[in-house]
Amino acid sequence: MMTLTEQMITIAVVVLGTMLTRFLPFLVFPAGKPTPDYIKYLGRVLPAAVFGMLVVYCLKNVSFLTGSHGLPELIAIAVVVTLHSWKRQMLLSIAGGTVCYMLLVQMVF
Amino acid sequence: MKKKYAGALRAAFPYTVPIFASFWFLGLTYGIYMNVSGFSFWYPCLMSLTIFAGSVEFVAVSFLLGAFNPFQALAMTLMINARHLFYGISMLEKYRGTGLKKLYLIFGMCDESFSINYTAKIPPGVDKGWFMFFVTLLNHFYWFFGATLGGLFGSLVRFNTEGLEFVMTAMFVVIFMEQWFKDRQHTGAVGGLLLSAVCLWIFGPERFIIPSMAAILLALTFARGRLEKGGATEE
Repeated sequence: MMTLTEQMITIAVVVLGTMLTRFLPFLVFPAGKPTPDYIKYLGRVLPAAVFGMLVVYCLKNVSFLTGSHGLPELIAIAVVVTLHSWKRQMLLSIAGGTVCYMLLVQMVF
Repeated sequence: MKKKYAGALRAAFPYTVPIFASFWFLGLTYGIYMNVSGFSFWYPCLMSLTIFAGSVEFVAVSFLLGAFNPFQALAMTLMINARHLFYGISMLEKYRGTGLKKLYLIFGMCDESFSINYTAKIPPGVDKGWFMFFVTLLNHFYWFFGATLGGLFGSLVRFNTEGLEFVMTAMFVVIFMEQWFKDRQHTGAVGGLLLSAVCLWIFGPERFIIPSMAAILLALTFARGRLEKGGATEE
């Protein structure tokens, strides 16, 4: 078991590491100076790709070969996509998909 | 003045409702995990306030339970949170001119705050800076609230919330779609999905994020001429 000081240092290091990843771009490209065109370009095109990456990130522990084969996830995502294409109400799409998923994993699979 | 804050808070709140659902639940889980790992509620309480990055806080529990190794803790934290570098690059312009609030906006830029602040259609007449500030603050509060509650009452909670964690997936799917509707062409979106999926398949769930980021960065760099000519990147 670590001492309290060692625990505090460990937590401080995690805070430092997290803040480094958040502040670094703003320190390297300060608001006063013109941002390089390449970085501006990345700022415009990255988000679409990053949102795709986050969707995959959410599904990273789903196993498509064993268990329920990712079916509850795929069905619930289909519900979200359908609801959102139809009504474009963020809360409705999210709530609909989540309730559907909960019913599926609690009652069906 | 007061009206400005109230207006921004009112506009921001609905966007954070799904995050309220997921953060109090995830925060609660995290607090309970800390509780059963033998830590007092002060740990999740202070860590949720100061770190405010969900996945790394879960991993931090294992740092705290293991042998003292700050360098390994730093390296792991940097790897898990490297994706924030992308968020920062994307928010350079949007956070411009927000004054001192900018420090807090950057501090609290978790996946969810970034996603909402990047995609939200802020109504005209609502102060942009304060809108993003309240989105970040509310998210921070939900996380803190769940984590502390879980740490306090950890062992007492028993109810069937199985599957509630899907709220996060649903939210990112919706945000992905919103970005899709906004873009005139979808090379980036499709590329992000496919490259991450391939990296997940090759490297596995624990270490696919860094390769995915590298692949996305490379692909976007190579496609720059084509994407900029196609007018895909106009604001």
